[in-house]
Amino acid sequence: MCVCVCVCVCLSVFPCDYFFFLPSSLIFSVEDFLNGARVVVSARTYADFTPQATFDIKKCDLHKLDEGPPLQAVLSREEGLQYYRTMQTMRRMELKADQLYKQKIIRGFCHLYDGQEACAVGIEAGINLSDHLITAYRAHGYTLTRGGTVREIMAELTGRRGGIAKGKGGSMHMYTKHFYGGNGIVGAQVPLGAGVALACKYLGKNELCVCLYGDGAANQGQIFETYNMASLWKLPCIFICENNKYGMGTSVERAAASTDYYKRGDFIPGLRVDGMDVLCVREATKLAAEHCRSGKGPILMELQTYRYHGHSMSDPGVSYRTRDEIQEVRSKSDPISMLKDRMLSNNMASVEELKEIDVEVRKEIEDAAQFATTDPEPPLDDLCNHIFYNDPPMEVRGTNPWTKLKSVS
Amino acid sequence: ALTAMAATRLFLSASPVKSSLTGLTGGTRSSLGLTLLKRSPDRTAEPKAQRRHAAHFTYHPDPAPAQYGPTQKMNLFQAVTSALDNTLAGDPTAVIFGEDVAFGGVFRCTVGLRDKYGKDRVFNTPLCEQGIVGFGIGAAVAGATAIAEIQFADYIYPAFDQIVNEAAKYRYRSGNLFDCGKLTIRSPWGCVGHGSIYHSQSPEAFFAHCPGIKIVVPRGPVQAKGLLLSCIADQNPCIFFEPKILYRAAVEQVPTEAYQIPLSQAEVLQEGSDLTLVAWGTQVHVLREVAAMAQEKLGVSCELIDLQTILPWDTETVCKSVVKTGRLLVSHEAPVTGGFAAEISSTVQEECFLNLEAPISRVCGYDTPFPHIFEPFYIPDKWKCFEAVKRMINY
Repeated sequence: MCVCVCVCVCLSVFPCDYFFFLPSSLIFSVEDFLNGARVVVSARTYADFTPQATFDIKKCDLHKLDEGPPLQAVLSREEGLQYYRTMQTMRRMELKADQLYKQKIIRGFCHLYDGQEACAVGIEAGINLSDHLITAYRAHGYTLTRGGTVREIMAELTGRRGGIAKGKGGSMHMYTKHFYGGNGIVGAQVPLGAGVALACKYLGKNELCVCLYGDGAANQGQIFETYNMASLWKLPCIFICENNKYGMGTSVERAAASTDYYKRGDFIPGLRVDGMDVLCVREATKLAAEHCRSGKGPILMELQTYRYHGHSMSDPGVSYRTRDEIQEVRSKSDPISMLKDRMLSNNMASVEELKEIDVEVRKEIEDAAQFATTDPEPPLDDLCNHIFYNDPPMEVRGTNPWTKLKSVS
Repeated sequence: ALTAMAATRLFLSASPVKSSLTGLTGGTRSSLGLTLLKRSPDRTAEPKAQRRHAAHFTYHPDPAPAQYGPTQKMNLFQAVTSALDNTLAGDPTAVIFGEDVAFGGVFRCTVGLRDKYGKDRVFNTPLCEQGIVGFGIGAAVAGATAIAEIQFADYIYPAFDQIVNEAAKYRYRSGNLFDCGKLTIRSPWGCVGHGSIYHSQSPEAFFAHCPGIKIVVPRGPVQAKGLLLSCIADQNPCIFFEPKILYRAAVEQVPTEAYQIPLSQAEVLQEGSDLTLVAWGTQVHVLREVAAMAQEKLGVSCELIDLQTILPWDTETVCKSVVKTGRLLVSHEAPVTGGFAAEISSTVQEECFLNLEAPISRVCGYDTPFPHIFEPFYIPDKWKCFEAVKRMINY
């Protein structure tokens, strides 16, 4: 008791910020001793931060819309830290996947999302977890925002039984509740998304479906078929085109007659959003969600974003664009840096606090990677499971007439 | 710290990566003076992983053909490039198009062609398979030799309607007034070791059910060039599936001049008296090993046939062989139910029923989607085929 009071006084005499210059290991050990005091100190120092601030965001180009999202966004400290943590987790997770792929622990195809974190986090901030989302193969980020854990995601990448799809899907096929993947065939997920939106409308739970695709997929026929159906039946569907300027190795100018992807919906209202700014994405998503929930039908959003990696791990990413370009985007428009600068310059968090988050994130990723490499692979029976829905287990014909495996679901 | 890490990664992505270097990257990413990342995972885990991913076959190159002129060492994708080069040189109406073909293609099959022949003859299409094939049909009908590329056979399904309903039936429904015989569709095909569901499929059986098109699968560079040139010259729409696992693995001496290998003619690679083995593409090399194993361990002499053209297939060669040996084994990577082996099996039993000593064996993939992690168990490797051979001999 004596000791506690003493230390309390000491800490109150010294500048509170001094507490945060201690190395992380010491913070943890101090905490062990002074649990009570730490809480008191925390309340004191956190009160020094700005609880919320307003930021200017870029104006969105509009198509057949009278009003765009507001030009200012309010960010609270908690939200800021949460977005920072999620984006940092996403970034580190993708980089870890890169590392594991190069070590041949992850095999197959791996499409990384780093650079585009603001899109996933911003969209999730604008909708509820009970809404639905479907995207293409660059899906690790969305799996995370939609409720997956890093452990499950990494184990799925390495194909182990602890994976989010039991190790049977791999990088492109990850699913959670209300997240329909993770789809390998380009453009095929868009009509699916419209179908989900129809179910939302039909069931009347005021949910909507966010349906994502890329700039390459925007030239697929089924996208336009879906625009027509969604608009005709006024489905609560937010179509989002993540325009990262390259469809695999083809730049948008060389693939599309019109690169104004937000206008390609023609009769569907659209808006073009700065996809590197999480607040811009969030405000635009809120507007879009409001539009859908009020029964006005679908809406189209184009997020202008950028990916640092190549299309997949087999693509170095520099044969169709210059390293300077990548470097420029990284230094000027990196979503995590932008959020960090905003928070720091408005005294919404301290450098050390953010570094602490970094440390925790790294540890989480390390643990997940460890799990992903040591978890056992799915059992051989799983080869034939889940083909059909079957009450009695059915026999699956094998490579020879005398080998049959059982399929259970 | 961010730029240093970015620089290291850019450096790594450009050069072949070794595990020690990635460990180095991990070390530099530290904060507060503590190295928090572990070094790369335990090295002992690596050999096991790499063993698992060794190819399931050994490539057996054909001897250099003497009758077609000077030859050059080429692998499969270079042989395809050579064939396309010969075509563009000899036929002024020939055009090549598909996703990413301009810079050379994702498998380097069209490297250098755009520079040599111009961007109006070798050009990229947007991402739309249905559009690509439909466009190709139109170009072919109008008189151009159209060579379309579908980036992976797994992506050919949006174009399925165009191929089956438009291309295959054009001559028939117009009473020979129009045809799209100048259309050839090329597509990488088959398992590749880590392709999983959407980069490993073998869809030849879907198209075999459609009269009006021809389907061809080569087993190596020499066959690929000859068969591709035959497909292009053929007056019917052709689909040419290229086994992607052989693009680099298969190296042979290939003639530099143009030559053709006739379609609808199966090739007997090895004569035998006890058992007939039939396959196409990569599986031919698996069965070659099986034939060697059968000879060595069971004293069984196998006759190996490469079907080459799936549709219309050479029933005569296969049936003649079965009449001689009395036993037939057909093998392919596609799932067993409804796979092309079923068609061969059915026809052979019709023609050669009394000659059969044992039921016809089909050693194929399981009736599941092509798995990610289970690929080594899924594919009909030499052990499964050998087992089938043993059972047939002992029937």
